[in-house]
Amino acid sequence: MTDLKAGSVVFENVRKDFGSFTAVPDLSITIEPGTLVTLLGPSGCGKTTTLRMLAGLEHPTSGRIFIGGRDVTMVPAHERDVSMVFQSYALFPHMSALDNVAYGLESSGLKKKEAHERAEEGLAQVGLAGMGHRLPAELSGGQQQRVAVARALVLNPQVLLLDEPLSNLDARLRRRVRTEIRELQQRLGFTAVYVTHDQDEALAVSDRIVVMKDGRIAQEGAPRELYEEPVSEFIADFMGEANVVSCEILDHEGNNAIIDIGGIRHKLRSRGASKGKAKLAVRPGSVVLNPTDTSGLGGEIVTAAYLGDHVEYEIETSVGNFFVIDHAVDQSYAPKTAVSLGFRNRGLALIEG
Amino acid sequence: MTSGIKRLNVLLGLGIFAFLFVPWYRVERGFYSFDWIAGFPFSSDQAPGLFQILSEGRLWLAVALILFLVGIGSRLIGNEDQRGKVLVIAGAAGIIFMALQGLAISFTGWAWTFPENAFGALSLGQPAMGAGAVLVSLIFVLFIAFGLAERGFMKGDAFVVGSISMLIFLVAVFIFYPIGSMFVGAVHDFDGSFKPDGFIRNMQDPAIWSLDCVIGGNRCGVAWRTLFLAVLSGLGSTILGLAFALAATRTRFPFKRGLRLLTVLPIITPPFVIGLALTLLFGRSGVVTEALDTLFGIEPSRWLYGLTGIWIAQVLSFTPISFLVLIGVVEGVSPSMEEASQTLRADRWRTFWHVSLPLMKPGLANAFLIGFIESMADFGNPLVLGGSHGVLSTEIFFAVVGSQVDPSRAAVLAIILLSFTLSAFLAQRLWLSGKNYATVTGKGDSGVHAGLPKSLSITVHGIVLPWMGFTLIVYGMIIFGGFVKTWGLDNSLTLEHYARAFSIGFQDGALVWTGVAWNSFWTTMEIALISAPLTAAVGLLTAYIIVRQKFAGKNAFEFALMMSFAIPGTVIGISYIMAFNLPPIEMTGSALILIACFVFRNMPVGVRGGIAAMSQLDKSLDEASLTLRANSARTLRKVILPLLRPAITAALVYSFVRAITSISAVIFLVSAEYNMATSYIVGLVENGEYGIAIAYSSMLIFVMITVITGFQLLVGERKLRRENRVAGVAKSNKFQIAQEKTA
Ligand SMILES: Nc1ncnc2c1ncn2[C@@H]1O[C@H](COP(=O)(O)OP(=O)(O)O)[C@@H](O)[C@H]1O
Ligand SMILES: [Mg+2]
Repeated sequence: MTDLKAGSVVFENVRKDFGSFTAVPDLSITIEPGTLVTLLGPSGCGKTTTLRMLAGLEHPTSGRIFIGGRDVTMVPAHERDVSMVFQSYALFPHMSALDNVAYGLESSGLKKKEAHERAEEGLAQVGLAGMGHRLPAELSGGQQQRVAVARALVLNPQVLLLDEPLSNLDARLRRRVRTEIRELQQRLGFTAVYVTHDQDEALAVSDRIVVMKDGRIAQEGAPRELYEEPVSEFIADFMGEANVVSCEILDHEGNNAIIDIGGIRHKLRSRGASKGKAKLAVRPGSVVLNPTDTSGLGGEIVTAAYLGDHVEYEIETSVGNFFVIDHAVDQSYAPKTAVSLGFRNRGLALIEG
Repeated sequence: MTSGIKRLNVLLGLGIFAFLFVPWYRVERGFYSFDWIAGFPFSSDQAPGLFQILSEGRLWLAVALILFLVGIGSRLIGNEDQRGKVLVIAGAAGIIFMALQGLAISFTGWAWTFPENAFGALSLGQPAMGAGAVLVSLIFVLFIAFGLAERGFMKGDAFVVGSISMLIFLVAVFIFYPIGSMFVGAVHDFDGSFKPDGFIRNMQDPAIWSLDCVIGGNRCGVAWRTLFLAVLSGLGSTILGLAFALAATRTRFPFKRGLRLLTVLPIITPPFVIGLALTLLFGRSGVVTEALDTLFGIEPSRWLYGLTGIWIAQVLSFTPISFLVLIGVVEGVSPSMEEASQTLRADRWRTFWHVSLPLMKPGLANAFLIGFIESMADFGNPLVLGGSHGVLSTEIFFAVVGSQVDPSRAAVLAIILLSFTLSAFLAQRLWLSGKNYATVTGKGDSGVHAGLPKSLSITVHGIVLPWMGFTLIVYGMIIFGGFVKTWGLDNSLTLEHYARAFSIGFQDGALVWTGVAWNSFWTTMEIALISAPLTAAVGLLTAYIIVRQKFAGKNAFEFALMMSFAIPGTVIGISYIMAFNLPPIEMTGSALILIACFVFRNMPVGVRGGIAAMSQLDKSLDEASLTLRANSARTLRKVILPLLRPAITAALVYSFVRAITSISAVIFLVSAEYNMATSYIVGLVENGEYGIAIAYSSMLIFVMITVITGFQLLVGERKLRRENRVAGVAKSNKFQIAQEKTA
């Protein structure tokens, strides 16, 4: 697994129809070599379809796909320089772990002996040295998953594709394996396209995230950008919870805008929004509660739930209800208490709509 | 060089070879004798395509050559899309031209009148297609396939496109062309002229359609008798099958294992053997007949020879099949439904009548239709027991080999028979689909099936026990009959029949097969052993394409294949001799026609088994293999086939056994050189040589059991797990692969 040759990926106006149903209407993405890019989105939004087009398992209805600069639109799956880790792992149940890993090498024309040597190395790389003789049924879920990764990686592909690779693991294992995958990717430096519907997972592993909705890109950017500066209610809601309320943009100050939220002034990045009515997304943790200071936005506690390290409130205000997470557990408020809401600098963003 | 160009190079090389070096027309003494090398390439019969055009003056073949050259030319086109288009057009034009010229130009010149008017008379005709012409036709088919692959059809997978094209081509040639020829043959005379008189006369023949028996006359037409018999056999075998299934699952029946064994019997029993055994029991000189005569003075009569006898034989033959179908149905009724009924104050009888039986209805209908179609198609039993007035299948036979040969009558009868079975098949497809109440779910259904009501339980035992006894006696006869000197006259034991059939001698230090049966026995083995792997391969490849590939017309493709299962053997037989007796394709009298017949008749079972097995394999296994640089051929070989071993064994065994036991189509297609065991045995029966016939049949059954065991050992089991280390857990080979992947 030396001399990795990370490749770039380009989708150029790709469309995919299944009969009369359009799964992906018009997709253009560019992925830089050596980065890990996540396709994130709710179930059925076309992530798997996109990944499968990249692998050559589906052919686009129109548009072109490039891998490492080469147009592969019409190239069959087995001739593409990518490999894939399947959601179900798809380990061949009648072959040992070693044979599974050596399979692709032998398909590419390597001699059996050499293929097995390289496969041993591959297994060692994922921490499974000496387990090669076992059949998939004799491995635990996490070990199977690592065999699947090794099987894809030994081929030294330009791009590694992973389709919800953690979905068959239990919650504790999921956290560990995703760190391992990220660590492996950074150490070896390959390009990876990672599909998931779990935003935590996406935030944890990615260099960049592409959020998809109904086959289209809803927003694309670095994890922090997506979380802190969502462009739409959909993104704001999908990347962790958000309160969407109306506000008014009063003025611009360089890149910033001065807004009014129910009578409260706040300054934040304008991102091209023009004066007048606007929508604002507020993270639940970006609201500060204060019982005494009356300069904030006035509100009344509707419900309160104590959850150990934080308290969750629903608060009624003049601009709408807020869902608030407060880490100051010592000072909790009972329902019907009047409070005043202030806003932190981070975690507020103007959105479309 | 892309893989598209590479495979095209191979194909073009093959085509050049075919035009230059392979005899274009059929070589009289067989291609593999290689006699033709002597006169090659300049004798008229043996010249390859190019010389047929240049020195023999068969100028029309130049069209094929030109279309092939277009294919070569496409090699120079750089753009894949363009090249693909040219290849598809050249291939399609080529295959259409090959078919047209083959049909239009016969031995003596134009076979049709309109091209003669258009182009003028031809000075010379042509014999049947030979290796060269066949090879070039196949190359044209592959032109289409490769062209489509270049254009990105089926994700550019040439193996898959090639397989689909080949399968469609073969099915067209070996199923649709013969059936079509039969329809055409019905309205043509021997010399090929259009003469619908025979067709019209036969269609109106009262011997086929008369309804005399309804209005008190003596006899109905053969079509109605066949229908009547099929309905009764279907009913009989369904009722008995249900009784057996109930006995096996709902009672404390003492011989359950024996019952299960019964289901194997019909598969390994040649179809006429039951009829034969019945003759030995109830025929004019049968044991029972003689005993009744001596004990009670009941005159021996010929009651067995006619519909009654055929009906008994068919019910005996088909009950096990119906049992096999219904045991699944009876077990499929969810116990919890029956328990629910019982908790609702329903007694056992009410539960059975209002809950269990209605739930089984679709299964019962299915069993009935299977019995119906089998009875329609049955040829062996009616031949042995039919006496003077048989059923459609035997009438077809006698219209071809009888005293007055009347091909148009045979074709008409075959068309009637075909429409009966196809209607039943369509009914089964349309009416039963979506009516399946099978309540087996993946969840463990832990209830207990309700017992049968007492009266019903007694009835079931009353039916099953005597019938089992009867079956045992019948099979006993088959074994015993081979050792009796002359049945009914001299009942002393002897090995004479076996000796006559299977003796071996030594002459000049060499082994000589002196027995009379050896010749047909070895032919049968050879043909069965050749056709079994072919059938399994074609069947499983088809299943792979149906389950794993999506393409326009797939449903029609699947339907056409499955439909061929409902074509009775007699109809296949008659249509094969009508299609393959004259150019363009002449195969009668060869081993090839027998092999083709077996492959395409038995393939649907392989397809069905393959579909069932492959649907259990997670699709991502193939996709994983594809993304691991394996093309689809390697995927099939390395991943799918090893996981399909049980289905492969089943397909191999089934097609092998069917090739040995079938008679209906075979009897039309055998020749002096290639005689099959079953048709030889039928010949013995017709000459009254029951002893040898029975001895030979027992031998066949014995051989089949041996070979089935051999196949099973050879293919082996698929291994997904090492020895089960958990104590007390029985080792099982029947894993659901889908469950394996996340185990
Ligand atoms: N082979 C197919 N035939 C028809 N529709 C499909 C097929 N594959 C996917 N789809 C449809 O395309 C949409 C996107 O599917 P997919 O890419 O699997 O979504 P995701 O992976 O994001 O959950 C879904 O609505 C799905 O039903
Ligand atoms: Mg998906």
